[in-house]
Amino acid sequence: MRAQLTTRLGSATLALAALALGAFAFVAHAATPNEKIDPAADAKAFRDYFVTKFPKVKLDDFVNGPYSMNADMRKQWEAIEQFPPYDFALDEGKAMLSKPFKNGKTYADCFANGGIGIRQNYPYFDEKEGKVVTLELAINRCREANGEAPLKYTKDKMAALTAYMAYTSRGKLMDIKIPNDPRALAAYENGKRYFYTRRGQLNFSCASCHVQNPGRHIRAETLAPALGILNAMPIYRSKWGALGTISRRFTSCNKQVRGVPLKPQSEDYRDLEYYLSYVSNGLPISGPSSRP
Amino acid sequence: MTTDNGFWATRRLVLQGAGLVALAGFGNIAFEAAPAQAAVSDKYPAKAFTLKGDDTAIKALYGKTVEVSDKVSLDAPEIAENGAVVPISATTTLPNVTSISFMVSENPNALAAYYRIPEGTMPEVANRLKMAKTTKVTAIVEAGGKLYSATKEVKVTIGGCGG
Amino acid sequence: MASTIRVRAVSSGEVTEVQALIQHPMDSGYVKDSHGKIIPPHYIQQLTFEHSGKNVLVANWGPAVSKDPYIKFSFKGAKKGDDLKISWVDNKGQTDSTTAKIH
Repeated sequence: MRAQLTTRLGSATLALAALALGAFAFVAHAATPNEKIDPAADAKAFRDYFVTKFPKVKLDDFVNGPYSMNADMRKQWEAIEQFPPYDFALDEGKAMLSKPFKNGKTYADCFANGGIGIRQNYPYFDEKEGKVVTLELAINRCREANGEAPLKYTKDKMAALTAYMAYTSRGKLMDIKIPNDPRALAAYENGKRYFYTRRGQLNFSCASCHVQNPGRHIRAETLAPALGILNAMPIYRSKWGALGTISRRFTSCNKQVRGVPLKPQSEDYRDLEYYLSYVSNGLPISGPSSRP
Repeated sequence: MTTDNGFWATRRLVLQGAGLVALAGFGNIAFEAAPAQAAVSDKYPAKAFTLKGDDTAIKALYGKTVEVSDKVSLDAPEIAENGAVVPISATTTLPNVTSISFMVSENPNALAAYYRIPEGTMPEVANRLKMAKTTKVTAIVEAGGKLYSATKEVKVTIGGCGG
Repeated sequence: MASTIRVRAVSSGEVTEVQALIQHPMDSGYVKDSHGKIIPPHYIQQLTFEHSGKNVLVANWGPAVSKDPYIKFSFKGAKKGDDLKISWVDNKGQTDSTTAKIH
């Protein structure tokens, strides 16, 4: 049963309703072997699509999700960000970063610059292993390499630590690299494929909401634009009363379209993060951030 | 195993940190007067916090009537992004303000917060409140012994009581 | 244990603006956990701000105040370097307090 997107148009989104839906400026299908995968062209087309669709939104502001397109919501968000509820988690993350593991080593032994100001480089393609490594995955690998149990990917300590690391990168521009390696290009392309593939009982793709309908409502939520959507992660949602990671949001989005979520950090999720982060290159890191 | 129904405050003495001692009796909390100067003892208006509907809460808290005043400014969103955390603030140009309270009409209990404003403190306060559903929100300012209010309607699509 | 109270107190001229964020569940008693059992009410009832032995604000809260509650207010009569003492007590009789410097 194909569900329909309910659209409630507030005055702030009335102008957007006039825009035609679904006109993509670029080809949204997986490249055939004879087609050249061109991430740079993708990223430019992706950015151009949003900038054209929302001419009043400053490029950097896209990272603020629904707040970039709804003044009433923005005012509430600014009030909350004056003294945000994730303040406590930031302190927790900072303490985690400097606390030695049982073997005496710290995260600084795994991360460049001690883990400070490096978030914008994640995910990256690990050419030795031939896979995409996200920040969350890198954190648990660091722990396991030093004899510590891995953290749960979705919340609590993982959220606190990624929040602090994002915080130290605030303002730095997303800087994802795709090496000239067919495996890296294939991972990027797989992430793109996942993004545009419909799934779940509601038969939505990520694009259905975040490319076709940003700023509009789905039930009571206002949809964020896909451009820069990961730059604000992890997010403190009033709904959760807590911080949640990229893993948490990916799994919950899958559940929301009534699909079966993948395990956190599965290949498709890592590739999805790779694609989404790359096409948001050049936009500032704003995480952690409050959301409804 | 008994469940801890917090409305029945336990009669436990808890010592923490700076050594503040609070004796929690049933429904009433009074801080001990500070040693140097006797601070006004603030009784927690427990009953007022349990009442449904603005009128009953106002009656219990103040025992006076309220008049609408354009000298009271209430800042509230048109549509709450999430009813669990709604930034609400109030300010007033009225003189001799002694308290500011907030009522959320459609909440299970209308009184959300009640601030005593001593002399020397500005008559304005900002806080974050939960709203169960679309509701009127009222700021009540006590000035010169009389009550003045401002009301706004806040639409709530995502309820703040965990529903 | 780390304090549950975060404060920012800034003096500008004769007015000091105070913002505080407190770590507290503010459970209303209306919410069920994942097993369907009611989470008992657990919320701050009174929060006091004290300067020079005098209360500059007394907040009386019910469970309708949001989780990790926030408050902002201003008062006169303090200057940079002064102490501001903040204390709270909740419905279970638990307490916390801290002293912050006014900047």
